[in-house]
Amino acid sequence: MKRFAIGLACAALLVAAAAAAAQEHIATMRPATPLAENGTPAPMPKPVNSDIRQVRNYPEQPPLIPHTIEGYQIDKNSNKCLSCHSRTAIEVSQAPMVSITHFMNRDNQFLASVTPRRYFCNQCHVPQTDARPLVENDFVDVDEVLEYVKSKEGAK
Amino acid sequence: MSGISRRDVIKAQAVAAAAAAAGLPVPAAAQNLITHAHLTDLKWSKAACRFCGTGCSIMVATKAGRVVATHGDAEAEVNRGLNCVKGYFLSKIMYGKDRLTTPLLRKKNGKFDKDGDFEPVSWDEAFDIMAEKWKATLKAKGPKAVGMFGSGQWTVWEGYAASKLMKAGFRSNNIDPNARHCMASAVVGFIRAFGIDEPMGCYDDFENADAFVLWGSNMAEMHPILWTRIADRRLSHPHVKVAVLSTFEHRSFDLADIPGVFVPQTDLIIANYIANHIIQSGAVNEEFVSNHVNFRKGAQDIGYGLRPENPLEAAAANAGSGDSEPMSLEEFAEFVKPYTLDFAAEKSGVSKERLQQIAELYADPDTKVMSLWTMGVNQHTRGVWMNNLIYNIHLLTGKIAQPGNSPFSLTGQPSACGTAREVGTFAHRLPADLVVSNPEHRATAEKIWKLPAGTVPEWIGAHAVLQNRKLKDGEINCYWVQVNNNMQAAPNMMEEGLPGYRNPENFIVVSDAYPTVTAEAADLVLPTAMWVEKEGAYGNAERRTQFWHQLVDAPEGAMSDLWQLVEFSKRFTTDEVWPPELLADNPDYKGKTLYEVLFENGNVNAFPNSERAEDYENRESDEFGFYIQKGLFEEYAQFGRGHGHDLADFDTYHQVRGLRWPVVDGKETRWRYNGKYDPYVKEGAAFDFYGKPDGKAVAFALPFEPPAEIPDEEYPFWLSTGRVLEHWHSGSMTQRVPELYKAVPDALCYMHPDDAEALGLRRGAEVRIKSRRGEILTRVETRGRNKPPKGLIFVPWFDARQLINKVTLDATDPLSKQTDFKKCAVRVEAV
Repeated sequence: MKRFAIGLACAALLVAAAAAAAQEHIATMRPATPLAENGTPAPMPKPVNSDIRQVRNYPEQPPLIPHTIEGYQIDKNSNKCLSCHSRTAIEVSQAPMVSITHFMNRDNQFLASVTPRRYFCNQCHVPQTDARPLVENDFVDVDEVLEYVKSKEGAK
Repeated sequence: MSGISRRDVIKAQAVAAAAAAAGLPVPAAAQNLITHAHLTDLKWSKAACRFCGTGCSIMVATKAGRVVATHGDAEAEVNRGLNCVKGYFLSKIMYGKDRLTTPLLRKKNGKFDKDGDFEPVSWDEAFDIMAEKWKATLKAKGPKAVGMFGSGQWTVWEGYAASKLMKAGFRSNNIDPNARHCMASAVVGFIRAFGIDEPMGCYDDFENADAFVLWGSNMAEMHPILWTRIADRRLSHPHVKVAVLSTFEHRSFDLADIPGVFVPQTDLIIANYIANHIIQSGAVNEEFVSNHVNFRKGAQDIGYGLRPENPLEAAAANAGSGDSEPMSLEEFAEFVKPYTLDFAAEKSGVSKERLQQIAELYADPDTKVMSLWTMGVNQHTRGVWMNNLIYNIHLLTGKIAQPGNSPFSLTGQPSACGTAREVGTFAHRLPADLVVSNPEHRATAEKIWKLPAGTVPEWIGAHAVLQNRKLKDGEINCYWVQVNNNMQAAPNMMEEGLPGYRNPENFIVVSDAYPTVTAEAADLVLPTAMWVEKEGAYGNAERRTQFWHQLVDAPEGAMSDLWQLVEFSKRFTTDEVWPPELLADNPDYKGKTLYEVLFENGNVNAFPNSERAEDYENRESDEFGFYIQKGLFEEYAQFGRGHGHDLADFDTYHQVRGLRWPVVDGKETRWRYNGKYDPYVKEGAAFDFYGKPDGKAVAFALPFEPPAEIPDEEYPFWLSTGRVLEHWHSGSMTQRVPELYKAVPDALCYMHPDDAEALGLRRGAEVRIKSRRGEILTRVETRGRNKPPKGLIFVPWFDARQLINKVTLDATDPLSKQTDFKKCAVRVEAV
């Protein structure tokens, strides 16, 4: 509750600040550089290579790749990712096994091996860089939403 | 849930937003397992993905008025449970912290001023100034001085309402979608060859083909879920072959059995070589050709869609000509004869062996081939010709309109087909392939719309690129942009786009959910509801129409494009915008508002709110007092039913995972023009290209012609622009998802390591990319996913900080008016 109260106070301040000032530049993704001019490009960000797994925003989200994949071969001849993440590789690698959904074909039948439709891992799983987002995102984790629902209903 | 009111939900959003703003921790893990069903139950509903033309179906979970999760819809034929990385992050696209929630108007001293700064204003004040500007302009200069730029991301009924408001309300055909940049060449190609727009085949072709040929398309990144279907087919069935043709190497090459990197523009030569090979090797399907194909020779030297005073235009013998004359198969064979294997290999840079392998895929009667293309072919100064040349190959071999034999034009936007093309939001079109230049077609529209004869003007309006030129020249003065970011997307920003928007004579309105580059260039910005904040419908690349309900409320203050269009129409009376003659002949319409004549016409307001689904909100229908989406859709569907464009009834689409039109007797059509599948084919015929009067498709003899700009000593590199997997178009949604941003935060200049070395550049070095029109600053990437050949660079256009369209050339296909974003000449300099 205290958190919400602080939050509300901050929100009120922000709203007041926004209303007061007329803005010359509004394109948030282009901080302060007029449209006709070119700002210095940000330095190339470094790939995140921490191997620390991140919380998923929701269970269905494909996990992000917490390590660099530079130079990985993923083509019709070979899939480097599976050399650590396949069912039989994980005892040695101690990497997470590809999800069981990845063994299902278009008709939801399990195959003997990973389905070819899931073959190109990087269509869904992407590594991260250390770039700092230009805009925050106010997506709220479902647990936070449930906290709110509970507080409204007085549920335990 | 029952204890939670709508007001509570809005408050919850505010609280959550505030918590995030204050940097307070969101609990990363639930302390305990929650077991109450009323808490753990999520409300799951279907929706179409907000991004590309693939048209994946998405399941969306909501709780307490928030989207809390999304995943691929296991019941949907298109994607069967899969999404690409963008699709998996749809949950977050509406929650960028900088959502617009109030109209913003440029003001000085309390009044509108073109040179003022943006100040928050009420919706009333916003519509007041808009109506004032529109009325003054219509009075002074007439309907040709107002314009609208929409999108293949409009929902079906938004595009329909916009088209009706512009063409019948303001009596101006100056309305065009950003789909013009995306697939206009495909449209003209279809109409020329078949007389009806959109693919004859469907996605079922993926599981039936033995070979796939990508013409300048990078499906692995741009249509990832369709690529999963190709990967599935190729890797499960070893006989299947994949050929990938492009001007640079990219991720789709990872699956290529036959890769080919060709010199820009020589795709015209490769396609003609393949046709020649088919003829020379005796692989023409003579029965099919004699029964179903006509041959025509197209006009040549047709220019580059530049301003008329441009020397290239002045020098063209037949600038803008789509004329053609009949010819025989023998004459066609003579025409393509110079396109030999040696010639094609020499000009294209692709080896003879590989060219021949690709030609053989088409020539072999036992190999079912799917050709796939998007921007490489369509964004091309000879884009219509390239579309026609690909159809030539499929027509010569009879490999068309059958499972697995399929020339398939992909689309870039979620409703490029459903809205831009089928609704006809182009400057020359009306719904269901009708056109404004045909008096019978206008009469059909006026009858369905219950409007006086002569309401819809006959003149073809300004297309996308021409609109920017007319803004710069002060010929269009009032301009409304919805659901797109055209300042970032349109070519030649520095010479055309930006001067046009900032021309003191013009008043520019931009409706968007976020403050984009285009919004910053505007005079008035309208905060807009997006995606599942409104009831919607999209139509994908395989003719599949898909619906969704409003699943959450928009942020307070943001209103949908549909509400904006319809509400704005209340501000005008017919007397203010229609000529006195039209009203004198039709006195019943005098003194009515445009809202009354367009939307309270007995069609659009035919369905009461009681027909709505009980468990979903519908803001627009609440506001107007009737089920407006259903009324608009059912009126629109009258255009196509019984004419080969049949749509099912409105309510059905809320139940199913989409249907592919024509939907006849409740059944969708998978392969058009094929007697086994298409009810419109005449009785007993195997094939019937019924879009043409004699039922025959047309193959066109069209030559190689050079591009508008070729690298030289001063500007030695080809520039190709494009997209990346992680970002959709200009990034206005995906750049606000932290995970997608952090995956690919910045645009880069992809170049060959030898070129970089020759310029003394290392990976990561800052460079200036400069053309005859403008320049940007970026950094060099020599080891990335795109591997250009020497002499070519690739720069994606999603990055608002690096606006590559400052550099591009506004040369278009002279027939389709679609820009060639894949070829212009630039120089790369160390900074």
